[in-house]
Amino acid sequence: MNGFGNVSGARGLTALSGSESPPSPGSEPGTVDMMVNMGPQHPATHGVFRMELRVDGERVLDLVPHIGYLHRGSEKLCEHELYSQIITLFDRLDYVSNFNNELVLVTAVEKLMSVEPPPRAELIRIIMCEFNRIASHLLFYGTFAIDMGAMTPVLYNFRDREKVQALFESVSGARMMHNYFRVGGVKQDVDADFAARALTLCDDLERGVDDSDRLLSENAIFIERTSGIGVISGEAALDWGLSGPVLRASGVPYDVRVEEPYSRYAELDFGVPVGSAGDCWDRFYVRILEARESIGIIRQAIALMEPGETMARVRQIARPPAGEVYAHCENPRGDLGVYIVSDGGERPYRLKVRPPSFCNLQALRDLTVGHYIADAVVILGTLDIVLGEVDR
Amino acid sequence: MLNTLKGLGVTLRGALRPKVTAEYPKEHLPLDERFMGFPALTWDSARVEPFCTGCMVCVRYCPTQCMTAQMTDNPKFTEGVSHRKKIIESFEINLGRCILCGICVDVCNFDAIEMSHEHERSERLRNANRVDLPTLLEMGKTYQAKVGWKQAKSNAPSPNERETAKAAAKSAKALAGDGPESGDQTGAVDGGDQV
Repeated sequence: MNGFGNVSGARGLTALSGSESPPSPGSEPGTVDMMVNMGPQHPATHGVFRMELRVDGERVLDLVPHIGYLHRGSEKLCEHELYSQIITLFDRLDYVSNFNNELVLVTAVEKLMSVEPPPRAELIRIIMCEFNRIASHLLFYGTFAIDMGAMTPVLYNFRDREKVQALFESVSGARMMHNYFRVGGVKQDVDADFAARALTLCDDLERGVDDSDRLLSENAIFIERTSGIGVISGEAALDWGLSGPVLRASGVPYDVRVEEPYSRYAELDFGVPVGSAGDCWDRFYVRILEARESIGIIRQAIALMEPGETMARVRQIARPPAGEVYAHCENPRGDLGVYIVSDGGERPYRLKVRPPSFCNLQALRDLTVGHYIADAVVILGTLDIVLGEVDR
Repeated sequence: MLNTLKGLGVTLRGALRPKVTAEYPKEHLPLDERFMGFPALTWDSARVEPFCTGCMVCVRYCPTQCMTAQMTDNPKFTEGVSHRKKIIESFEINLGRCILCGICVDVCNFDAIEMSHEHERSERLRNANRVDLPTLLEMGKTYQAKVGWKQAKSNAPSPNERETAKAAAKSAKALAGDGPESGDQTGAVDGGDQV
């Protein structure tokens, strides 16, 4: 209906001053539509995201997203950084699943350099990434419940996520911005007691995910608020370029780990949970099932682990040959891709990120129009965007 | 009704679990050995001088350009006490800019910089977190004493030993016909050209 060019300037100003615009064709006679500005400082937008809503009473008639409040120019910065330094920038894209971001960058550079990391390093990477996926999903259950006014689950989820971060700290030295993966392996081997700690943590997390499931999935209010809200069909989801749990909730079993197995995912046995209705409840429940699959993956990967090298013999400062490469991995939020053009130097000539949060956000208007304002918050919550990745 | 009871059950079990948080300023949760706090410079107690020679590798590879360093001639080298021809004269890290990535530790050839366990350095002024050489060495000494730090990368050989090590590495290379050995690090100044 409205493009991006139509909304800034005068319309944006009227929205901020709270005045009303003329009624839209579909409205009841005698009423006027109202602009409601949501964000950028709004707890339900999970960051600095602004939605401009045109509402008729409680109904959303139109929605225009405004992004860019967290733009740091990461892609341009990458052109001036060594590949080893870019890992620190990738940590800061999707800042709740740092390991997954690091993985996609090192995978791309390794592909370009034709480097094969040692098997043990690949398994450590997989374990870290799957733990990070669970941590990210735990955060989602909690914040999503808060969006609907349920205050309890987030406390339990943060408690369990804290355990994951404690494990990360003992492996990489940092709770969030790890800088642990390297082109050709990982920074250092894990401790001797790592496997035992990870397996105990798996049991804890299994209980944690079950807790979230029990607290939310069958709760009458929760179902009332989520089922049938923000429905998107499989075809429409593919048309919008959605990926990750948002796409799978609409019944499309697309998972990069299965479609184009990277690292050692081909050796691991796991299912791809799919939803059927494509509504908010499905998008939530797909993530519950996915976390359980991740726990299974971690257990298999730990069983496969054998002592050995954790770093291939590569130069500490990577210098890939001239050429271009595209690599993508399954992030907690979807299909994160990175495209690198190299001119044979120590720094990329151009680096482009395909951020899943940004692509998933495109469908927001279609999902929200026709629902209540309170549902807009829920729908945005199920897309589970991270603004660090949307704006880069 | 049933699901409400289920939820209540979860809450009840949560109430019975042990406490996981600590009241921060009063209590501190234990830090892991690998915890990466602010970078600090290590102290060579055998020769009573810093390990750092001011080679600037860390300065060049820092993603945020938060450090500056300057080297000088080592008076102890002329006296014959130390094997280091050059020694660090001044070193400054702006800890407000540091992102604790640990790249400086990776590239350092002399184990002269380490991520210490220091992490509580709040200051009232924006630039008050610019720490100088004595503070960095103090942080380093505290860290070394705490974790029982040992030099891992090079054994700080004397000039003669270094020559022998170089020759040995060269012959080993010729025998293996392989890339440069990792033991050949002491002679190189730039970490970038190593394997």
